[in-house]
Amino acid sequence: MILINTILIGLKEIWTHKFRSILTMLGIILGVASLVAMAAIVKGMENGMKEALIAMGGLDKVLIEQQKVPVHQNHLRDMAPGRTIRDVYALKESAPLLKVVSPEMALERALVARGPKAYRPSEVVGVWKAVLDMNLYELQHGRFFNELDEESANNVCVIGTGVRDELFGSPQEAGRDIVPLGQEIRINDQPFTIVGMFKHYESEMDRKKREEGLKDPSQQAVGPVRQRGWGGRGWNAFWRKNNMVYIPLNTMWVRFRAATGTNNVPDQTLTDIDVKVASLEMLEPALQQARNVLMVTHQGIEDFNFRTQENQIEDINKRIQNARLSGGIIAGLSLLVGGIGIMNIMLASINERIREIGICKAIGATGVSIFLQILIESVVISILGALLGLAASKGLVVLLSELSPTQNTPVIQTQVMLVAVGFSAAVGIVAGLFPAVKAARLNPIAALRYE
Amino acid sequence: MPLVELRNVSKIYHLGGETIRALDDVSLDIDGGEFVSVIGPSGSGKSTLMHILGCLDSPTHGTIKLDERMIHDASPRELAFIRNRKIGFVFQFFNLLPKLTVLQNVELPMVYAGVSGRERRERSMRMLQMVDLDNRSKHRPSQLSGGQQQRVAIARALVNNPKILFADEPTGNLDSHTGEAILELFRELSTQGRTIILVTHDPEIAAVTPRRIEIRDGKVANNLDARLAGLDRQAGSAAAAPALG
Ligand SMILES: Nc1ncnc2c1ncn2[C@@H]1O[C@H](COP(=O)(O)OP(=O)(O)OP(=O)(O)O)[C@@H](O)[C@H]1O
Ligand SMILES: [Mg+2]
Repeated sequence: MILINTILIGLKEIWTHKFRSILTMLGIILGVASLVAMAAIVKGMENGMKEALIAMGGLDKVLIEQQKVPVHQNHLRDMAPGRTIRDVYALKESAPLLKVVSPEMALERALVARGPKAYRPSEVVGVWKAVLDMNLYELQHGRFFNELDEESANNVCVIGTGVRDELFGSPQEAGRDIVPLGQEIRINDQPFTIVGMFKHYESEMDRKKREEGLKDPSQQAVGPVRQRGWGGRGWNAFWRKNNMVYIPLNTMWVRFRAATGTNNVPDQTLTDIDVKVASLEMLEPALQQARNVLMVTHQGIEDFNFRTQENQIEDINKRIQNARLSGGIIAGLSLLVGGIGIMNIMLASINERIREIGICKAIGATGVSIFLQILIESVVISILGALLGLAASKGLVVLLSELSPTQNTPVIQTQVMLVAVGFSAAVGIVAGLFPAVKAARLNPIAALRYE
Repeated sequence: MPLVELRNVSKIYHLGGETIRALDDVSLDIDGGEFVSVIGPSGSGKSTLMHILGCLDSPTHGTIKLDERMIHDASPRELAFIRNRKIGFVFQFFNLLPKLTVLQNVELPMVYAGVSGRERRERSMRMLQMVDLDNRSKHRPSQLSGGQQQRVAIARALVNNPKILFADEPTGNLDSHTGEAILELFRELSTQGRTIILVTHDPEIAAVTPRRIEIRDGKVANNLDARLAGLDRQAGSAAAAPALG
């Protein structure tokens, strides 16, 4: 009851000096706004990076890379077998800690065409069905390759929506869905039949933009079309994922590799062997197991290496931490300045009210109640500033995402808002402490005599 | 047993090299229900005496007993409690809080006493009725005349039903007509049994009260009790006797 009264008196005090109070709150407002906005932007960044990471196949994906043989094995260099399908069979057979093993054989300088239209997709790759688990693809239409396709090296392919957009036109442009199942395209002049098409993959932000675009017909024509090419945000994990062409591994071998190669020896090496570990906790032993298996198939020549997503995650975490730190420092400084402002104004305010404080003491206010009164006023100012800061942060976020639309959508977090308000309250308490003690210690007579 | 007992109370200020004895070895008794005026020229120590009696200040030397409790060495917290429950103040400059309404001003001592909101309202309104200002409860002090403000101050001083009411020059800032009305109010309160100590430098006002304490240079120069003058209770000076008339 007394608390509510005191808060009301504090609010009244602020209302009487509106302009002064706003100036005082400015530090807190800026501090909170920058804290919340920064956190929102960093969170957006984090989300974007994680989304991209998952688009690329998730955290448990490990790439087995080609590597120069180590120096001490230099004399064995010519015997290095490279990564072949033998490794894949061996890993599937003898490395139970691996959940998925996916061989990839890519076609270099691939050009896909339909009639006069031709374009370079992100990749044309010969794969097994394991690639779906590996790269987290889901079919939207049609089917994936079956054993028959693999066995008889059928000329079939499964495409991403980007390929469809390029060769058959995008549904946005056409205004209806386009599903080119059964249609024929040419890959480096070999005819292939489309048997399946993947889902459309996009970032959260793009999805929102697209949905907004659908509501607003004037923007309907743009959208995915603008994402084409290498520049800007078109060149990202999602573009790559949507502009993929998969064909059966055996088809790749028979149609493209077997007929080429140096010295009439076709190149048997795989472009990639990707594996997934059964569980992330077992990452180390799983890799050790894989290494042991590969050491056997490679006759002890260590011409391979593992690259986990951990490096990627570390990098992401580091960047996020840096962003957090700089945001935190800016916000912290603003809040500090805000705190000093509040202390200043509270000192001025008690000087103006020495007489009032004296009167209150004369009619029975204890030092504690005067102390609380001043402290609560200080906290009321800081919390009010924090609330204004929260409102300002929304504006700041909108402004920042207007300024750099390539960024990920900032995510304002309730948690951060609570922390910001709590922190401001703490600043208010600390700033109010000294003025409150000073007011509580005022001698009532001196205060009453004060003119 | 007197309500207030002062024994050898001194208040000494040191200003630069000078020593100022605002009160110099004052001993006094005041009974419950008395209506006393403290009179003396400017700078004689009247306000100092009132502040010490009113627990706003503590003496340099001497002892004070108020309502059977020694208070000269009480803690600030205890003094605040006594000021809140046992003492009411009325000042020359009214000393109402300008940002609060009349009603809130009267409620304030009860806020510090922890009285519930509803009871506060009821008691405040009763007090305002008593001083005939219940129709102005929502106004600000600045919207009232001086006399009205002083009546609000009296309502505020009495709202916690204190044993003693102190008034320091309560009519000093009012024209004589309004001042008289305020004095009339004090007299009425006195007949209801309230102990009132009225500080003034105006002999005419002091003449209203049954007992007068005259202060000069920090000392009690005269201590006259009209009711008991004939019984020679106090060593009053003969020279003051005609003034009782
Ligand atoms: N804080 C102080 N420091 C130094 N001297 C003081 C202080 N307060 C009061 N005095 C001195 O004590 C003496 C008594 O002051 P006091 O205010 O009690 O006089 P008063 O009788 O109330 O006068 P007035 O009728 O003008 O109000 C004065 O000489 C004054 O200067
Ligand atoms: Mg005085």
